[in-house]
Amino acid sequence: MLLMGAAAGLLVAMALMIIRAIAGPSHYDRILAANSFGTKTVLFIAVVGFVFGRPDFLDISIAYALINFVTTIALMKFFRYRSLASALTEHTSTESRDA
Amino acid sequence: MPEWQVWTGGGLVAAGALLAIIGAVGVLRFPDVYTRIHAASITDTGGAGLTILGLGLLAGFTPVTLKLLLIFVFILLTTPAAANALANAAFGSGHPPWSNGKRIVREEKSREAP
Repeated sequence: MLLMGAAAGLLVAMALMIIRAIAGPSHYDRILAANSFGTKTVLFIAVVGFVFGRPDFLDISIAYALINFVTTIALMKFFRYRSLASALTEHTSTESRDA
Repeated sequence: MPEWQVWTGGGLVAAGALLAIIGAVGVLRFPDVYTRIHAASITDTGGAGLTILGLGLLAGFTPVTLKLLLIFVFILLTTPAAANALANAAFGSGHPPWSNGKRIVREEKSREAP
């Protein structure tokens, strides 16, 4: 019961995050909303797996967490350099390593 | 599974979902990219931590707990890196931090101070 309520709450939070992703004034708001939506999706998949009594869903959750991080970094690189194929220069490579 | 374990685990998961909603409302209402990053961090730390702790209590000592721990460690490692990179990219592209109109006052004070 509590788990179903938590899953519904996570769905509400994901809906709010989609509103921010659509309405966000800048690219960075949208990237932030997509990243946070991904984190909530990871939690939602885990909770739904426990609701249905199938904890194997956690494997999907792990894969989603990995993809989420890579997606965020790739989107940020695309919006900064307007290309995913360009190599980073010396200065920006140290900068992105710091980031 | 004892009764207290079910209720404590479910309560922790529900508290994590509540923190997720709080973070989402903050992302929706805050005025700036940087403040929204701050609100989203609530979901990434408190929400994920409490939810996964509660699910771990529900699972007991099984390989499932190991997977949950893996998810938690990964979220804990990646979301600060993503938030830092996002703030760095937003600041580098020239987004000024939101200051509620107080920046001009501060400049006037710094002129008057000497």
